[in-house]
Formats: sequence, structure tokens, C-alpha cells
Amino acid sequence: MIKALNLRNINKRYNETVALSDINLDIEDGEFFSLLGPSGSGKTTCLKVIGGFEEPDTGDVTLFNEDVTYTPPFKRNVNTVFQDYALFPHMNVEENVSYSLKIKKIPKNEQKSKVDEILSIVKLNGYEKRKPSELSGGQRQRVALARSLINRPKILLLDEPLGALDLKLREQMQFELKNLQRQFQITFIYVTHDQQEALSMSDRIAIFNEGKIEQIDTPNNIYLKPKTAFVADFIGTTSIIPKDFAKKSLKYNYGFSIRPENININSNIAEYDFSINASINDIQFQGSYYKILCQTENINLTALHYLDMKNPLNIKIGDNIQLSWNKMDITNLDD
Amino acid sequence: MISSLDNFSNYLYKNKHILLLIFLLPPLLWLGIIYLGSLVVFLFHSLFYLDGFTGKVVYQISFSTIAELFSSPANIDILIRTVVLALAVSIGAAVIGFPIAFYMAKFTSPKIKIFFYLAIMLPLWSSYLVRVYSWKLILAKEGIINWVLAKLHLTWLLDAILSLPVVGGPSLSISYLGMFLVFTYIWLPFMILPIQASLERVPNSLLNASYDLGATRRQTFYKVVLPLALPGIAAGSIFTFSLTLGDYIIPYIIGTSKFFIGQAVYTHQGTAGNIPLAAAFSLVPIGVMAIYIYFAKKLGAFNAL
Repeated sequence: MIKALNLRNINKRYNETVALSDINLDIEDGEFFSLLGPSGSGKTTCLKVIGGFEEPDTGDVTLFNEDVTYTPPFKRNVNTVFQDYALFPHMNVEENVSYSLKIKKIPKNEQKSKVDEILSIVKLNGYEKRKPSELSGGQRQRVALARSLINRPKILLLDEPLGALDLKLREQMQFELKNLQRQFQITFIYVTHDQQEALSMSDRIAIFNEGKIEQIDTPNNIYLKPKTAFVADFIGTTSIIPKDFAKKSLKYNYGFSIRPENININSNIAEYDFSINASINDIQFQGSYYKILCQTENINLTALHYLDMKNPLNIKIGDNIQLSWNKMDITNLDD
Repeated sequence: MISSLDNFSNYLYKNKHILLLIFLLPPLLWLGIIYLGSLVVFLFHSLFYLDGFTGKVVYQISFSTIAELFSSPANIDILIRTVVLALAVSIGAAVIGFPIAFYMAKFTSPKIKIFFYLAIMLPLWSSYLVRVYSWKLILAKEGIINWVLAKLHLTWLLDAILSLPVVGGPSLSISYLGMFLVFTYIWLPFMILPIQASLERVPNSLLNASYDLGATRRQTFYKVVLPLALPGIAAGSIFTFSLTLGDYIIPYIIGTSKFFIGQAVYTHQGTAGNIPLAAAFSLVPIGVMAIYIYFAKKLGAFNAL
């Protein structure tokens, strides 16, 4: 099976800063793949290497079995949706969208029908003559998508495309992006720092940290089986129990992480594998649940209390409570 | 005492337009009276005329001075000569200035950029006259250009260029070519800085987007960079064009004996005492600039603003 993308031993430095350190990545054709990490973790640099805007210091980039490591961007069959959309301000929507067709010298009437088709897909008919400055953020986003998709690229790169949109619009665009990907059946490589976005949209996720990939896996496994403390901490909320504390207080030989939804408050200790005393530092109301921030020695633990008429919240800040959980719910950490 | 001051400050806070007026009125008066007012009064003089017999200005509205300006072939020559030179200087400055501005805006580190700013501005801090006279020496027959070309056995080349009709002359320092060189040198900073500012506002992601969509560097330059730099080029050329139209020192020092608008204005308002004709001459650059900006706008030079 031909991979859409292979990255082999990619290294990239900017002066003293290591941007990418020994990156290896295989992406299947038609996959929705996310590069997720905090800012400065190297995910955007990785995308630039794939798009051809940066050359790696060492390593190979292969697109559909073709080595493109030193191929300039305009000769690669990938297109990019840039973070700031990068719409040409002196062109209207139609001119922006048909830019690549004009470059390829495709006949005018064919250009017109292709532009009409793609604009109807992103629901922007009737906006042909508008300038980017006359569009809302969401509409600009759609123009950028249309401009990149009109070529039917084999791979679409998206660099935090929803970062500038407000929450409601972002959720709607997530849904539409996913639909577009299904409709066009092309590979999406999606850079984001928003873990919720990555978890809800992706087939697989690569977690970046300090220029390295910490874990590549499905959203499900990333959440439930994080391999490193960084991944466990970065994805969702979790409590990290270091190895020495686990040995001393819990008689357990590994450091591990435990999700808040798996921690029970003041339950029957006998039913659980682990139990520990902690004091409450803060209680935060989150809508459908309370977040209970607890501390024991220098370890921070987060538990949840779901809103329920039959089960009122009867603890307060400063209380000592019993936290318990089962062995099957913890994830051992490598370090 | 304090409460009345408080009241006053509260009043100003509520009536922001009065506060605005207090701050804005002095500069507005300056602009209105000293700038526009005096210019209008001066230009209005072109509607008066000089009594040929007494040599005194007759303060009666008449178009005879303006008619005189455009009916005399000598005056028409002056106008055409000046406008053509101003156009050539603007084009020359744009051709030299654009690559420098492009390099500054897109390829320099902040430190190198400061060096470029200094290099471009530094000449402006020294005396204009000194620089023009230095050019006179550089361009003269005994000057460094002649000397270098002689050493390279290329004197024939310079002679060939100087023997060209219209632009040539006895030496570079007494020719339109020399004037063109000096004007282009003197006004170059006014071309580079606006272009650089306009290119600075073009984010690199636009260039990347263009490459990403299949455009080569050359196509990207013509379809993205140049259109977005046009307002800068237009602004720069408005400076170089109007400054050349009005200058009288360079034609005086470098030029031939043939007049330019600036010299004509200088002579008519000075020794000749013909203020109306001087005012009529001054109308021309304003008219030309208005036409120039009109066509620049028509051609879309300000679309990317």
C-alpha cells in the first residue's frame, strides 16, 4: 500500500534551536491526520517541511513514493491552508480561488465552471466579486479552503485553520472540514494546538513536544493509553503520580497517570485497588460537573463531581477526602 | 477652585468634540491659512497680468497671463522639458529603488535593515547644495568619471553617449543626462522608503500561498508582489515627480542654459517682477500632479491600499 506521506529521520535546526529532531512519520492515503502540540513544539515546522517551504537539514520527504525533499512548493501536489488564510488582498474571491488555474493557463470557461463548483461546495455562491476585506473570518476561511481544494490536491495541509474563529463557528467549521475531507477523499494533515479539535476530527494524531514526536496513535488510544507523562498531561485533564510517590504511598512500582473521571470521592475503599487521603484546594464549577482540585504532599490530583439531584456536593475547600481508583483505569508511564 | 476645574474637566470628558477642537484647531489653522490659504492667494495671482508698458501688475481678473504661458513656444518648451525629465527621474528612481526596497523588506535581518535605513537617510542629513556641487565635480570633464573611463580606455564610450542628440552635451556636468543622474540620486530615498513600507506590509504567507498554488517566483512577483507594491511606487513617484517639477537648483548648477519650470518661476518672480506669470508657471506642476494621480488611480495603483 502506497503511503501518502513518509518522513524519514527529519532534522531541522534554526541556529541553536532544534526545531525538529529525528521525525519519522507515515500517513495513509485518505487519512485525517493531526499534528498536535503546544506552540514551539515543531508541528508547524513539520508542516512547512511537508509543504516545501522549509528544507530539512537531514532526512527524506516522500509523497506517494516520490522523493520531494528538495522539490519547491509549486511543484508538489499538496496545497496549504495558511493560518492567516493568506488571501491576496488585491484580488476578489473569484480571482483568489482561480489563481492556480490561471497559473496553469486553464481556459477561461473551464476556470469559471470550476470556480462555481468549488464555491457552491463551500457555500459562497454570490460572493465572487467581494474583496477579502469585505468578508467575515468564517467566509475568508472558506475562500482559503476553496482556493486550496480547486486543484484537487492529493494532500491538503492545514495550519491551525480555525484558530482565529470564535467557538461556535469553530465547531461548525470542524464539522464542515470533516465533511469536505470525506467528500474529496484526500489526505488532510492538520496542525493544531487544540487537543479537543484534534481528538474530535482526526483518524490519527501525532503529539509533538520540543521538536520530537511523543506518540502517534488514534485519538482513543492517545486519550486512554498515553505513552508518556507529557502526552497524558497534554491531552485532557489528568493527574500524574510519579514513581517514587507511587512506590512509597501506594506500593506500586511505576509512575502512572489517572483521569479525573476515574477517581472516586469518599467511596467504599474496599472496592478499589488504590486509595489515598488528600485535602481540597479548590472547587471549580464547570457546567455539568464540579472539578475538585486536591493535594496530598506535593502531588496534585483532579477529581470530578457530576451534577446530580440525588447526589449533592457535600464537600468544601479545605476538607480532607478519600480518593480511590482501580488499577485497570491507570496508565503506566515509561519514565 | 478644585471643584470648578473638576467641573470643567467633566464637561470636556462628556463633550469630546470640544476637547478635540481645542487640540486640533491650532494645527488646522496652520494648515488652512499658512499652507492652503497662501497657496490659493499666490495661484490667484495668475489671474492678474503685467502691464507691458509700465511693468506693474494690474489687479484685474483676466486669463491673459495663462494664455501667454501656453501661447509662447519658449514656455511650452520649458513645460515639456520639465515634465519629461520629472517622468524620467521617477522611472529611474523606481528602477533603482525597487530592488533595494524589496531586499530591505523581505531578506534582511533587523540589524542589516537599520544599516540600510541609515545608508538611505544619511545623505539627506547633509547639505543639498554640497551634494549637488559634488556631483558637478564628479560629472565634470576633469572629474572622476572621465578619469576612470580614460584609464579603462573607454573615453570613446562616454563621447558616444554625450554625442547623442538632446540628452548629450559637451560634458556630463552640462547635459540632461547629468541632470537625470543627479536628480535620481537626490530623490532616491523618497522612492525607496514608501516602496519598502508597502512591501513590509505584504506578509510572507502571501508569497508562500502563491508558490503553494503553483506559481513560480517570477509569476509570484508579477501577480502578487508588484500589485501590492504599486501604492508604494505611486507614493514614491509622487514625491520624485513633484520634487523634480519644482526644483531650480539642479538645473541651475548641472543643467544647460535651457530653463526648467523652477528656474522660470524664480526668474519671473524675482528680477522680472512678473508675479502673475510665475504663479501661472506654478499652476502647471499642480495640474500635472492632479492628472498623474488621476491616472495612477485609474490604473489601480491604490487598489491594494
